Amino acid sequence: MQIKLLTAFLFIISLSAQATVKIEHWQTSQGVPVYYVNNPALPMVDISVIFDAGSARDGEDYGLAAFTSGLLDSGAGEWNADQIAQRFESVGARLGVSANIDSASLSLRTLTEPKLFDTALATMEVILTKPSFASADFDRRQQQVLAGLKHREESPGAIAKLAFNKALFGEHPYAYPNSGYITSVSKFKPSDSRQFYKTYYVTTNAIIVIVGALDKQQAADTAEKLMTHLPNGQKPKPLVDVMLPKKATTQYINFPSTQTHVLVGFPGMDRHDKDYIALYVGNHILGGSGLVSKLFKEVREKRGLAYSAYSYFSPMVKKGAFTIGLQTKNSQSQQALQVLNTTLGEFIDKGITEEELIAAKKNITGGFVLRFDNNRKLMNYLSMIGFHHLPLDYLETFPQRVEAISVAEIKEVFKRRIRPELLQTVTVGGGIEKAKK
Amino acid sequence: MKFKFLFVALCCLPLGVNSAESDNKVYEKVLKNGLKILIKADHRSPVVVTQIWYKVGSSYEPNGITGISHMLEHMMFKGTEKYPAGEFSKIIAENGGNENAFTGQDYTAYFQTLEKSRLEISFKLEADRMRNLHLLKEELVKELEVVTEERRMRTDDKPRSKTYEQFMAIAFSNSPYKNPVIGWPTDIAAYTVEDLEAWYQRWYAPNNATLVVVGDIDPEEVFSLAEKYFANLKPSEIKPLKPQTEMEQQGVRTITLKLPAKLPYLIMGYKVPVLNTVEDDTEAYALEVLAGILDGGNSARLSKNLVRGQQIAVSASAGYSLISRLDDLFTFSATPVEGKTITELETALKAEIKLLQTDLVSDEELQRIKAQVLASAVYERDSNFYQAMLLGRFETVGIGWQEMNYYVEKVNKITAKQVRDVAIKYLIEDKLSIAYLDPQPITKQPKSASIAGVRHAN
Repeated sequence: MQIKLLTAFLFIISLSAQATVKIEHWQTSQGVPVYYVNNPALPMVDISVIFDAGSARDGEDYGLAAFTSGLLDSGAGEWNADQIAQRFESVGARLGVSANIDSASLSLRTLTEPKLFDTALATMEVILTKPSFASADFDRRQQQVLAGLKHREESPGAIAKLAFNKALFGEHPYAYPNSGYITSVSKFKPSDSRQFYKTYYVTTNAIIVIVGALDKQQAADTAEKLMTHLPNGQKPKPLVDVMLPKKATTQYINFPSTQTHVLVGFPGMDRHDKDYIALYVGNHILGGSGLVSKLFKEVREKRGLAYSAYSYFSPMVKKGAFTIGLQTKNSQSQQALQVLNTTLGEFIDKGITEEELIAAKKNITGGFVLRFDNNRKLMNYLSMIGFHHLPLDYLETFPQRVEAISVAEIKEVFKRRIRPELLQTVTVGGGIEKAKK
Repeated sequence: MKFKFLFVALCCLPLGVNSAESDNKVYEKVLKNGLKILIKADHRSPVVVTQIWYKVGSSYEPNGITGISHMLEHMMFKGTEKYPAGEFSKIIAENGGNENAFTGQDYTAYFQTLEKSRLEISFKLEADRMRNLHLLKEELVKELEVVTEERRMRTDDKPRSKTYEQFMAIAFSNSPYKNPVIGWPTDIAAYTVEDLEAWYQRWYAPNNATLVVVGDIDPEEVFSLAEKYFANLKPSEIKPLKPQTEMEQQGVRTITLKLPAKLPYLIMGYKVPVLNTVEDDTEAYALEVLAGILDGGNSARLSKNLVRGQQIAVSASAGYSLISRLDDLFTFSATPVEGKTITELETALKAEIKLLQTDLVSDEELQRIKAQVLASAVYERDSNFYQAMLLGRFETVGIGWQEMNYYVEKVNKITAKQVRDVAIKYLIEDKLSIAYLDPQPITKQPKSASIAGVRHAN
């Protein structure tokens, strides 16, 4: 076999080819946790500052977290938006600001050559600590966000997602869209963003992630510099738990599209769920492994009913959604929904075979290195480990934990956790209601 | 047509990239049967990307079977004598791999990403399906439905995608770029097994393909492994394509689409040459810089002047790709802010173009683009997949991968005058096509299937 021959060449491979990643961790003088991986191969570095400041912190100002995050680089310190953009781009650096449901972050990608790096970092520091929230910038952003929210109404998939989250999460903050609603966003004032920023962009609520060609001392100095002028503030209260829905519901929403978008699901699991591995591996077989999953085979390969059919868990601080989805032409949406429900039902009742489990384990462990084979992906893993306080050896032990799971455990866990009598179903399109008549 | 660079000058960015410098070298070999192999070592992680690029895509297709390259891409997962339907994907999955495929105007490509010791598996499977595909009617019947659903999802239910599809259809008269990659609906519905068989026989051969491998590998090892699996495949006689060179446009073309939507939207496109077709390649690089002046980030002119400044657009972008097989478009797309009309927005975009034709761009702007290009050349190396994509595209559209080595240098040499010259020469009314999306109320009545397409994965 040629494979043997290839492995014989392992010894010529440089040190960076190790499958494990050395994550270093410390705290800045203000106590901000730093997660760092040294990767000197390319003269570049990625730096993220992450806050517990996602849309789960919106309160009733739906969309405020994302709105505030998006305003940060529109003006800070002495600079307006043009000057900020010019400062980054003239040194080839890229700054990103984003907010999802749990967290908000500022991310910088820059070259490490000192002159370029120093300009990029100094600019990021000012954006982080002295955003202006000027009313002209605020008004402009409000118009942009409102246009985006209108655009959302053109999309049957987006409309389905809105109704789906509301059905799953009821009154929990996870029920509301990250970008808010037209009614909420049009009421925002600059003082709202200023207040949100003051409350949540504080050192007690931050972590820092650094991956790239900074040595440890440079990384430590960078983290220190970013945090020096940020107030300590207070850690926000923990989010409330997600309650399970009381009963199954089904919503048919009419929309003038050629396809019906179907979403079926249930509040799934959080990042620290004790059934995490069983649910993860089980879902991999059900609908998480792309071209070879059960759902893909039943819906697409056997019947040609849809282009994509999938399922996934979104593990978050609290239980995120377990989502099964597909989209199909209106006239066959009922049939597709039936196939989806039957596939899920059989999966819960009958569980999986030993052969399926072996194949899934081989896929997950055999390709594990692909998950962090570049700086970008490493950043994502470090951010997750840091934000959710997962152990530093999370990546190293993950394959072993997958290997340890059994057919019986997966069956037991799915039966206990995924309850068909509480499933939430949303369809958006022109199909099902018509077919029911 | 532009000549091909013959020298195999090797590489290295003008920027010091320390230890990774030797990693950035591209090794080329052509097997006796014509298969071209391009290899780049990147030892940062123990993984390897394999991509096979075929010189065939929607711009190769005659009317009546538009989209057949994409359909064939789907059917390539439906089995051979040796590995029946589903086996390919199952084997890759059991080896921890990611795989998929994508079709564009000028190419069809298949890829696997694997832990490095498993590279052989992808060669074995790709070599097999390059010549031994088993096209079955019952598989085609189902897959036709899948592709039709894909079209509905990507185009029919997306007002902006539909607008883009119609825009391309009026912008080009006789160039095959007028057809969507996914194909027109009635063409999709009418493919037969014989059509697909003929298309497969015509284009799937080692002498019409490029194998690109990037990752933690030893180039010599990969060459011998490729030799083992691909060398015995028979080449085909590949008949050259008819030129289908676009007729000269003689006046502005416009189209208005009335679709259920919430926001107006505008696409403008000017006919421009690309690296592959241009007489003097500085023109292509000047257009590339021009795109950067307009839309190379948040400090570029469209964001600075139209989104901020005048506040006439909620979003505005410009785009140009010099990596196409045939003459292409320099495009603008934009959405007006509430209270401004699409006509006002169009006027504002044209004023920006006018400015580029009368005034020289500033040194500051040129310096910014140079800094960005230099940085991007480093950043893009963070992704093996992207590096392989670039090699595959440059090679497959006919430019040759060697040109990548001069990209940074050539962008750096572009002057303000050259930028103004291409703006004057190409961004003119007679070469312009415009599509307007005129939003109609979103009623609750379902509609039936209709039209458009972009690049996409299986």
